[in-house]
Amino acid sequence: MTQIPARITAWFASKGWSIHPHQQDMFNRASDPATLLIAPTGGGKTMAGFLPTLAELADGAHKGLHTIYVSPLKALAADIRRNLRGPADEIGLPIRIEDRTGDTSATQKKRQRVDPPHILLTTPESLALLTSYEDAPRMFAGVQRVIVDEIHALAESKRGDQLMLALARLQSLCPDLRRVGLSATVEDPQAIAQFLARHPDPCQIVQADPGPDPDIRMLETQEMPPWSGGGAAYSIPAVLEQIKQHKTTLIFHNTRAQAEIFFHNLWLANDDGLPIGIHHGSLDRQQRERVEAAIVRGDLRAIVCTGSLDLGIDWGEVDLVIQIGAPKNVKRLVQRIGRANHRYNAPSKALLVPANRFEVVECVAALEAARAHDLDGDPRGPGPRDVLCQHILIAAAAGPFDAETLFGEMTAAGPYAQLTRDEFDACLEFCATGGYALRAYDRWQRLQQRPDGQWQLRDPRAAQRIRMNLGTIQDTDTLKVRLKRNRGGKPLGEVEEAFAASLTPGETFLIGGQIVRYEGLREMVVEVSRRADRKPKVAVFAGTKFATSTQLSDRILRMFAQPDWPQLPEHTADWLALQRDMSRLPQRDRLLIESFPNDGRENLCVYGFAGRNAQQTLGLLLTKRMEETGLAPLGFVATDYATLIWGLDAVTDPRPLFQLDALRNGLETWLAGNAVMKRTFRASATIAGLIERNTGGQRKSGRQATFSSDILYDTLLKYDPNHLLMQITREEAMRGLVDFGRIETMIARIGDRIDLLRLDRVSPLAAPLFLEVGKVPVKGAAEERLLAEESARLLQAAGLAPG
Amino acid sequence: MNEVAFSFAGQTLSALGSGALWWPDQQLLCVSDLHLGKSERIARRGGPTLPPYDSRETLTRLATDITRTNPATVICLGDSFDDLQSSLAMEASDQRDITTLQAGRRWIWIEGNHDPGPIDLGGTHMSECLIGPLTFRHIAKPLTQSEVSGHYHPKARLNARGRSITRPAFLIDQTRLILPAYGTYTGGLRSSDHIFDGLMSEQAMAILTGPQPRIIPMPR
Repeated sequence: MTQIPARITAWFASKGWSIHPHQQDMFNRASDPATLLIAPTGGGKTMAGFLPTLAELADGAHKGLHTIYVSPLKALAADIRRNLRGPADEIGLPIRIEDRTGDTSATQKKRQRVDPPHILLTTPESLALLTSYEDAPRMFAGVQRVIVDEIHALAESKRGDQLMLALARLQSLCPDLRRVGLSATVEDPQAIAQFLARHPDPCQIVQADPGPDPDIRMLETQEMPPWSGGGAAYSIPAVLEQIKQHKTTLIFHNTRAQAEIFFHNLWLANDDGLPIGIHHGSLDRQQRERVEAAIVRGDLRAIVCTGSLDLGIDWGEVDLVIQIGAPKNVKRLVQRIGRANHRYNAPSKALLVPANRFEVVECVAALEAARAHDLDGDPRGPGPRDVLCQHILIAAAAGPFDAETLFGEMTAAGPYAQLTRDEFDACLEFCATGGYALRAYDRWQRLQQRPDGQWQLRDPRAAQRIRMNLGTIQDTDTLKVRLKRNRGGKPLGEVEEAFAASLTPGETFLIGGQIVRYEGLREMVVEVSRRADRKPKVAVFAGTKFATSTQLSDRILRMFAQPDWPQLPEHTADWLALQRDMSRLPQRDRLLIESFPNDGRENLCVYGFAGRNAQQTLGLLLTKRMEETGLAPLGFVATDYATLIWGLDAVTDPRPLFQLDALRNGLETWLAGNAVMKRTFRASATIAGLIERNTGGQRKSGRQATFSSDILYDTLLKYDPNHLLMQITREEAMRGLVDFGRIETMIARIGDRIDLLRLDRVSPLAAPLFLEVGKVPVKGAAEERLLAEESARLLQAAGLAPG
Repeated sequence: MNEVAFSFAGQTLSALGSGALWWPDQQLLCVSDLHLGKSERIARRGGPTLPPYDSRETLTRLATDITRTNPATVICLGDSFDDLQSSLAMEASDQRDITTLQAGRRWIWIEGNHDPGPIDLGGTHMSECLIGPLTFRHIAKPLTQSEVSGHYHPKARLNARGRSITRPAFLIDQTRLILPAYGTYTGGLRSSDHIFDGLMSEQAMAILTGPQPRIIPMPR
């Protein structure tokens, strides 16, 4: 294909558009095996991806599937279908375009497998699922192109690894498959290119004109941001004013719970009755779709949202983005800002709203970094093996396979190019027998080798179970929320199981912007009634929490070193000055530790500025050492800049706690028994297929049938500590939740320059930590002490003598 | 001492931190819901291959309790095996361990809903058994007296200075004693579940297991 068909260029001309240079460039490279386009939002990225497809399908000769489009969001797939349908019809192209996601009906799905459309719009999970069917070769026969949209976002999680393994499978079925990746601005395009391309194919990177710099500022408010908290309620009047001044405003929040509270407050203050909606991943699908449709129609003046609107969908009329809370990482901020004003070559407009005083500092640092085009990011590690295990099972669900062939296929996926045969064999062994030192499952292997050497499922029914548990997204266990009616009321959304367990009938919480009253739990559904007469307890949603990047943390520490802070609002500058006065400001080459009593407990606040995950690890390591030395720690909480530990006794000499060698030595033994490891294990074991989230209809009514994954972890730790899943857990934790690298960097930087300050009360900088969520309990001696106290108290209250 | 003594049906009994019940006067140790062979059953039925060490771990803990108390009688209060086939498919080493534990004492298998039939191991097999004033059976019956049962895998939760602590628990009232599950791969049913409303009286107590078992009014 050398020229864009005249019909298509004529259509562009009829719209008064011209083909952008990067669209032409992508078209010229249409026969390359892999191409990556880096373009800002609104740069005609989607059209650049689809132009070759439209051209190749223009003559109507192609039968069956031609192009598979993959996006991280279901909503995006549906949106692209609408946006592609229009041009295709107007140009008069005989093309069938359909989407297929978790939301597609079962009949539609079945029909698609028999009679696939020309263009299929889908998600990584739905595509992986399609490759698990025996009829996959028939359905995918003749596929020419795959377009991966928002590849920068997919590359940040295991969904990306899953997708690349599915593409490797697809490539085996369709050797001529060509790949296109569409990405927002990233700090390392080459890494994304290698991730996308079949190993060792080359992948050309096409850079579109990035457009003018965005217009980013801090939102000016009458009220001062509070000392702590994440609600940013103080900013409501100023935010409402901005909404009035703009056509459509997207108001981004970092967590779903914060979005709920903000929406609630915004609604209470919305005297003019402006149409404002809320959108996040825990809301019921119908409710989300209604909001999306209203945005498309231009009916809404503002949408309170979370990462669920981070990507893709071209809302057109959005002319302002407001970020509530610190953006944590500059790259994501820049990408979010790109959501405003989707006209090419128009600057996007954005306002940052810090939720508390500390976030003022963080927002100003992020703003300075964005203006300096100083993007941040960490290199991607090798593809995780739990996802590999899942794909071995998926391959088995599709039919018998040869190990050598499958190994060749999987190592053609960018993230797994470095995978060794031994590593692969260990994963295969795990899938087949469990891979235990005790070979207990020889009779009941999951996969068996046939006499001809091919591997297959022992029990064919297992294929269905594998499909039901496919995917890498780790929701915490959630329960559906419904209005209580005679025959099943309206679904409202979902809350975490742990949150539901903490409710007692009569308590109220917020969901989808309404206050509801908890009535009870029936067949795993939370039943509620509408109630507006009590202050809500807010639903606790698992918000994805990113650690503040190293680059951003460094900027903050550099700012602290200034003698004064002309770039900060006065109230924040005063606060830092007060901290300098009462205690001290953290410095880049020293470690500040504060010790103070509060609320009947002794507290230790460690300002490591190592990012949330590393600060959490530090919390775990320190509490372990404190437990050993009898300091009875009760728990800790970590933020991006500090770890706060509370316990029954005060720490007087911190130095022995902070020796790197001791910390590193302690790491291995410590890694064993802590909550983060168990959480990581649970995620990996679920992905690798050891824990089934869905057992289809087999869920027992009594909860005693299910047991905690912690028990599996403890058992493996005791009897099979080097089991594959334990290795994966350690690896994952070290680079993800544990992030020990940043602790090492920090300790190397500070050496023995540790300052312990004993204060008589909470310092200005430590105060916000008391309101942080995500407190990690330490189950040590202190818990036994508490239990004894509480049991005695309860017995006394009941008029009984302690037993 | 890692136990809580309490009075039930005129007898002094001890709840051990492990979840076992000790009756000093009869030199009797009782454990419930061992669910031996659970991982094997799950794999056999086409499910995941869970770490196959659960039976070994359960028997190791039982051995510790037996060594400490040296009972004349051991009662396994039903659901000792995850299903009847599990009892046949046991690892030889686990079978040997059981035989070793049984040596020199009276061993009673009460039948449960998971293992409702004779088990091909030493010991006496019974649907329920009466010792002194106490009746041992797997599932609690309505309107009963001095009954010791299991089945429900009770656990209890309490809040102490903002910390929520959940542990497997013994539930006790004037007529009934329900044991927590002893097996490694077992979950629990909160004492606040409505099932216990009809079973346990207003005065019911819960003993939380753990390094030091603790008695509290049963959380509802």
